[in-house]
This record gives sequence, C-alpha cells and structure tokens, in this order.
Amino acid sequence: MLRNALIAAGVTTALLAAGPASAAEKKTIAVSIPAADHGWTAGVVYHANAAAKEINKAFPDLEVIVKTSPSASAQVSAIEDLSATRKLDALVILPHSSEELTTPVKTIKEKGSFITVVDRGLNDPNIQDLYVAGDNIAVGFNTAKFLVEKMGGKGNLVVLRGIPTVIDDERIKGFQDGIKGSDLKILDIQYANWNSDEAFKLMQDYLAKYPQIDAVWANDDDMLLGVLEAIKQSGRKDIKFALGGNGMKEIIEKVMAGDAMTPVETPYPPSMIKTAIYLTAAHFAGHAPVRGSLKLDAPLITKANAAEYHFPDSPF
Amino acid sequence: MADLAAAPPRAQHGWSIGWGDAGPFLALAALVLIGFLINPDFLSANNIANVVTRSAFIGIIAIGATFVISSGGLDLSVGSMAAFITGVMILVMNWAAPSVGTAAIPLGMAVALVTGIACGLLNGTIVTIGRIEPFIATLGTMGIFRALITYMTDGGTVAIDRSLRDAYRPVYFGDVLGVPIPILVSLAVALVAAYVLYRTRYGRRCVAVGANEDVARYSGISVARVRTMAFVIQGACVAIAAICYVPRLGAATPTTGLLWELQVITAVVIGGTALRGGRGRVWGTVAGAVILEFIANLMVLSDFVSEYLVAAVQGVIIIIAMLIQRMSKR
Repeated sequence: MLRNALIAAGVTTALLAAGPASAAEKKTIAVSIPAADHGWTAGVVYHANAAAKEINKAFPDLEVIVKTSPSASAQVSAIEDLSATRKLDALVILPHSSEELTTPVKTIKEKGSFITVVDRGLNDPNIQDLYVAGDNIAVGFNTAKFLVEKMGGKGNLVVLRGIPTVIDDERIKGFQDGIKGSDLKILDIQYANWNSDEAFKLMQDYLAKYPQIDAVWANDDDMLLGVLEAIKQSGRKDIKFALGGNGMKEIIEKVMAGDAMTPVETPYPPSMIKTAIYLTAAHFAGHAPVRGSLKLDAPLITKANAAEYHFPDSPF
Repeated sequence: MADLAAAPPRAQHGWSIGWGDAGPFLALAALVLIGFLINPDFLSANNIANVVTRSAFIGIIAIGATFVISSGGLDLSVGSMAAFITGVMILVMNWAAPSVGTAAIPLGMAVALVTGIACGLLNGTIVTIGRIEPFIATLGTMGIFRALITYMTDGGTVAIDRSLRDAYRPVYFGDVLGVPIPILVSLAVALVAAYVLYRTRYGRRCVAVGANEDVARYSGISVARVRTMAFVIQGACVAIAAICYVPRLGAATPTTGLLWELQVITAVVIGGTALRGGRGRVWGTVAGAVILEFIANLMVLSDFVSEYLVAAVQGVIIIIAMLIQRMSKR
C-alpha cells in the first residue's frame, strides 16, 4: 500500500514537473478580475477576454488566462490557486479591494512575477511593476467644466452619487472643484448606489422638491438611465442637461446621435483592462520597457470622438 | 399558541379592519402628517402618485409574501426572482417582436406569469418535498436566479426592443381616471388576496399551518400542499410585479431587484403579519409597503438629514413604526 502510494506520488510529481518544463518557452500572463455583477465589471470581463483572445492568437509564445472572482476573498483564493498550479510570469489584477489583496499579490511578486495593477491601487505601491488607471477626479471635473461653460456660469444643479467609496468621493470632489468660482449651485446631492431604479426614484423626488432644476449630473451612466426616464415622465422642460459618466454604450450612442439633453460623456472605460494586458504582453513579446504608471485621461466625449469609445459588442 | 386561538374568530370578519389591526394605518397617517409638516410639497398630488406607484412592486410581492410568511415559511429569493422573470420576459418579447409586433407584449406577460409560477413551485417543492428549511432553500434559489439573470445579460443590460417600448410604457406610466395603472393592479391583487386569505378554506388552512404545524396536520390538513401553494402564490405575485416593472426602465440588469427581499419582509412585518407565522394581514402589508416608500421619499424632501445618515434615520423610523403597530394592539 505504502509503496503504491509512493509510486503514485512520484508519478504525479513527475507529471507536474513535466508540465511547465515542456512549455518552457511559453510565458503565462494571468489576469484576475472581478466577476461581471454590474455593467462596468461586465465591460471589464468582455475586454479582458477580447484581449486574451487577440494576444493568444498574435503571440504564440504568450498565454493569457482570465479568471473572474465574485468577491475579494474568492479573488485571493483564485490567485493563490493559479500560482500554485503553474509558474506565473505576469499577473494583471484589478483588485476587488486594496486591503485584502495587497499581501497575496505581494507573495506572488516574491515568486518573481511581473505585477500589473489596474484601476484600484494596492496599499503598497512598491508591489506593482505597472499601474494602469482612469482618472475619477477628471470624470467629475470635466463634466463640471462643460456645465459651467454651457450654462453661462449659473444655474441650479442636482447630483446623484453612487456607493460610498473612494471612486465616488473622487468624482464628487472633481465636480465640486470644477464648479468652484461659478454661480452654479448644487441644490441637493444624495446616494443612489449606482442603480437605475434608485436613481429613478431619487430623480422623481428631486423633481417634486425643486421647481427649477437646470441640470442633473449622475456620476454613473446606469443611474443616468433612471434619471432620464423620470424627467421624461414628469414632462418638465426646465432641465437643459442630464449628464452621466463611465462610457456606457447606450449613452455613447446618444452622444453620437447628437442628443440635446445628453450631448457629452466622460469615460472611465472598462477597456483599461485591455490596455493593461497589452502593455504587459509588450513587456514579454516586444521587449519594450513598460514599468511605470499610466493614467488614462477622461476627456469629454463629443460627437466628434465618440466612435473611439463605442464598443457595440460589449455588454456595457 | 395565543395566535392560534385568536386566528379563527378574526378570520370570520376579515373584511372589516378591527381596531387591533389599525396599527400600520396609524403609522402611515402619522408619517403623512409629519411629511406634510416638513415639506408641504409632500402632499402634492404628483408626489403622492409617484410614491404610491413606486411602492406597487414591493407591495405586490409583499402580498404574496404575506401568504408564505403567515404559513410559517420565508422566501428570500423574491428579488432575484423578479430580476430573472424580468429578463426572461424581455428576451421572449424581443424574440417575438419581429414576427408578431406588439402582440409580443401579452405573450411576454403570459410567459412571465408561467415563469413566476414555476419558480414558486420550485421553491415550494424544495421546502416541502425536499424538507429543507425555507431560509436555506430560498437562499439557494436566490443565488440561482441572480446568477441566471447575470448570465442572460452577460453582466450588462438587456433592454426591451425599441418597437415595443412605447406600446408597453403605459402599463407603468399610464392611468385610468387619474389613478396610475400600477396602483390599480396592486389594489386588484390585494382584493383577491384578501378574499383568498380571509374568506376561503385555503386561507384559513394557510394561517393554521403557520400557527401550529402539528395541530394542522392532526386536523387533516396537508401541510406540504398548503405551504407549496403559498410559494406558488408568491411566484405569481412576483411575476405580476415584474410585468408592471418592465415598462418603467425597459431593461433588466444584474442589479435589478437587489435587496427587495428585505424590503418585502419589512413591509409584511410592519403590516402586522407575524414573522413566525400564524397571522396574515393583507391590507396591513399594502400599508407597510407604502410606509417604506414614504420614508425614503421624506428623506429626500427634508433637508435636515445628512446624505450619509439617511439609512440610519430610515432604520429608526421603521422601528418606531413597528412600536406604534405593537402598542395599538394592546
């Protein structure tokens, strides 16, 4: 019995050792992202899978594998399992939360993997080799600047914010900085949890409370959908602009069509995961130096450049 | 046990509302008065119509939950189920729209109803035939329904076909003689439910099973059948709510109906139904759903609650509403 077990164990070890050895030339890039539980993360999953497919086809020496996880603890387990079963040459990670993922990613780094962090930073920036993120402050700031300019510097605003997080705080701060010095007044600001239904209700209540609203800003496009429906139902004509943010395809399509109420959009594109995967691939396939930080701008999307941010096949 | 003794005589005069059952309505009246004092706009016809219409989804689902809870069960899956039914319905309508035009809408409604009843039957049989605690069984199906809607939408949004949008819109936004359609639908559902719960043999059995399962069984009641039926009624109610919900935003997403189950249970309990079973109050449930929506509305219309503290104040008001309800019973 014991001998059989030993032999079995020996064979297993040999097989495990042979696996990576036979593919020694091939570099593995693991991508760990949150599971698709709302529009934006669905976009992340879509673009990560697209990048994996394109890179696997274009560079036979690279293998990109994508793993999605529904929670921070599941993500920790996923990257531990990945690194236990094979050698990871690189890990591209969009962490669920900074606190919980910092130590596990550090462990992987210590095994010699190239670490690319996307969107949410880890608590220790020394872990990352490459950092790719959008600019949440600019999402709020550029929207505010547009409103200040188009409304001649004065008017009444209502704002819908998302879930209490750093992302939400940064967007609101950028917006408040953007209207500073003008006579634009924020009448009210409340949480609607980045949810269309809650935004619909909140907008109905804003409309009941304030007889004169000149513009609405929902700091995410899911909420903007609810806002637009509430405005439509009320039949009110005082609202000149209703703007969102993030780059949902339905809203980008409105911009392309020259919608009067939603003529612009600010991107916080889920496609940034694709940028990160391609840059990581360039490190191996192109021998191109990529260590550093890349902050994607959040320029105003107008009719002129909307096509660049439009992904008709993406769920977001 | 006291509930068991008290239940049958009350069921005799179920249509009239006794003083002991007035609690939720007193709480509602108090809330309306406070709302008016805080902001007179609160009582504007427009605001009242908006808020009561909004409460229709939770209200209709909660009427179904009144059956499940008074029969001693619990259904945590209703929010996910609503999202799932919404998704199925939209997909069916979009699939049928090119060939049958607006006839796709009644087809979608029928499919929604069948799906809802099937989902309820699934919950019911897992609980009764599978003999699994309702809490665990519906926690399981909650995850299943939520995952299915996420899968159907690829995590994004599935929107209703543009050609159907305008034809279907009146089901949420339309009105008959000034009364919004969702309010009429929930009134109709409540009337039927009140009749079934208070005036039929099934209703009395439902409450008896919830009050004491063993006594009900010795009395010759098929406990499993009664409980399963309660879950089926719940499924049908969720489907009716979904039918009213779809035209509002015209889309289903993985966050549709998130945490509705908690609002539903809160509405049922504020309404005077006993959470451990044995007592069901349909009209109280309706009042409970309206109270919840009024509280949220008041938070926005008043100016003295910080946006960071809204949830805490809502919690306090719910507890106070429960206390009013309790005290009026003595």
